[in-house]
Amino acid sequence: MNRLQNLFANKNDNLLSIYFTAGYPELNATVDIAEALEKAGVDFLEVGFPYSDPVADGPTIQQSSEKALENGMTVNVLFEQLKDLRKRVSIPILLMGYINPMVQYGVERFCKKAAEVGVDGLIIPDLPMYEYEKLYSGCFTENNLSNIFLVTPNTSEERIRKIDDLSTGFIYLLSSSSITGSNLQVSVPIEDYYKRIKAMELKNPTIIGFGISNSSTFNKACQYANGAIVGSAFVKLLATDNYLPLIPDFIKNIKPDLSSRG
Amino acid sequence: MKYGVDEHGYYGDFGGAYIPEMLYPNVEALRKQYLQVLEDNDFKAEFDQLLKDYVGRPSPLYHAKRYSEKYGANIFFKREDLNHTGSHKINNAIGQILLAERLGKKRIIAETGAGQHGVATATVCALKGLECVVYMGEIDMARQAPNVSRMKMLGARVVPATSGSKTLKDATNEALRDWIGNPEDTHYIIGSVVGPYPYPEMVARFQSIISYETKKQLLEQTGRELPEYVLACVGGGSNAIGMFYHFLDDEEVKLIAVEAAGQGINSGHSAATTALGKDGVLHGMRTILMQTEDGQVIEPYSISAGLDYPGIGPQHAHLFKADRAQYVSATDEEALQAGLLCCQLEGIIPAIESSHALAQLEKMQFKNDDNIVICISGRGDKDLDTYIKHFGY
Repeated sequence: MNRLQNLFANKNDNLLSIYFTAGYPELNATVDIAEALEKAGVDFLEVGFPYSDPVADGPTIQQSSEKALENGMTVNVLFEQLKDLRKRVSIPILLMGYINPMVQYGVERFCKKAAEVGVDGLIIPDLPMYEYEKLYSGCFTENNLSNIFLVTPNTSEERIRKIDDLSTGFIYLLSSSSITGSNLQVSVPIEDYYKRIKAMELKNPTIIGFGISNSSTFNKACQYANGAIVGSAFVKLLATDNYLPLIPDFIKNIKPDLSSRG
Repeated sequence: MKYGVDEHGYYGDFGGAYIPEMLYPNVEALRKQYLQVLEDNDFKAEFDQLLKDYVGRPSPLYHAKRYSEKYGANIFFKREDLNHTGSHKINNAIGQILLAERLGKKRIIAETGAGQHGVATATVCALKGLECVVYMGEIDMARQAPNVSRMKMLGARVVPATSGSKTLKDATNEALRDWIGNPEDTHYIIGSVVGPYPYPEMVARFQSIISYETKKQLLEQTGRELPEYVLACVGGGSNAIGMFYHFLDDEEVKLIAVEAAGQGINSGHSAATTALGKDGVLHGMRTILMQTEDGQVIEPYSISAGLDYPGIGPQHAHLFKADRAQYVSATDEEALQAGLLCCQLEGIIPAIESSHALAQLEKMQFKNDDNIVICISGRGDKDLDTYIKHFGY
């Protein structure tokens, strides 16, 4: 079992995950941010590795990726940072990014290296099921990495079942069919969608992402899923000067009942 | 077809549909429906009718006599420059607008680099009374201002792409993002043989009219259906695929694709993808891609805005790897000289894109009875400023 699977085995509700882009706002900010998030009580982390053409991302994460690349972030630099990070952070870590930098690095080599530096899983939005199964699933399982698939309100039941079969961590439920950073409106059809997923009694836990930015959207999501992910709202916080001391309050604002890990 | 696509959307190792789940329903619906629509008799009849009466097809196959004399062979120009809107781009735009109409879509989006595909899309949207939004890199909008005005006159809204390098690849990203957010009512008309499957195949079929006509015209004019050589320029590669399509299985026909070398392949200012690129994934396809060692896409350069794309269509990547077609390149300077020669020998001002294909003739040796077909993919009106500035007329 990797750290992520371990987490779900011990805790299965109100899980909070935070996304941030590695190398943003400064190249070497990655470790400090991760540590602050763990201390503030976050359950697991999604660390974005930047790509020049992030087609699934809205302006906030696009700009953070551009800045990270300007700062000199590369796959190699990220792996070096993660090595240091693991000395200070023990919660599960997922890497999130696009397939092309992995193809260039060599997908097999990437998975091996990720596992070596203490990564527990990957979220690759533009790696489809067919290609994952045909080309890469072996690299993931050999290195005990969970591959996290996305599901949208428009994903068919048949496809969700197949995703459930292939998943070994959790299923990432998108609150709407949109790019990252869009506003979540919990409308009736969306609630229907959450209820529909819940009624499917999937083998894997579900985590809701896209549009979660405060305690009301977080709590709403947790009614239907095992937890939620905050991305763009946190990346926006990082744009402010001296953001590190602001992290505990940001997390408290989402999960007021949380006691920090001192 | 030996070099065709398999059931998963692959040409050999290239192609596929590397798309986020948010795009899956759109692309899957298109995959399931496009062949059915294309084979429908009513669709075929309207497509043929519009190509004939609106576009002006068949485009002539012109025996370029002074060129033939100069190069010592029979040289033919396939005149896509004579199409309505001035290039081959209209063939695909007509096909896709008829498809969108039959899929019940009300809103059309497109990306454009130089503006030729944007103009073709705005044109067919006006023809059908559909809403049209064209994404164009902010930098390209400044470089190609007349085409921006043209699209606006035709009723399109032109949205600047301000992300990344603010050019064609970023306009494509913006169009894909728009499609993610508008999955129900919107059809995305991609302008080249790129993108997730089924786009490369669908666009190839719409452009295949070029080689379909060429075969018949060659037979009429020379008594032989197959030429010795077929040449076309390649950026994303839609005119080249259209020009090659019906010759792919005729292995004795030598296919030559000419990329833009810009200031020279190793100058750091080039768009010669097969020479400089490596296996990668961009815009939903696996292909050959210009990128850094870290897998970040490199912004290409060419004097021709229609050829500066960092990848090539996946079928081209396959034809290159399988050695079915030869991929060569021409520099800015070589293309400009070839364009001027075409003006002076044949009275035809070619688009700078097409001039790249013409430039290749200088580097080849022919036999007297060789038949050679070159695709003149577009007319040079849009490039007059560039030609004039270079030659000082």
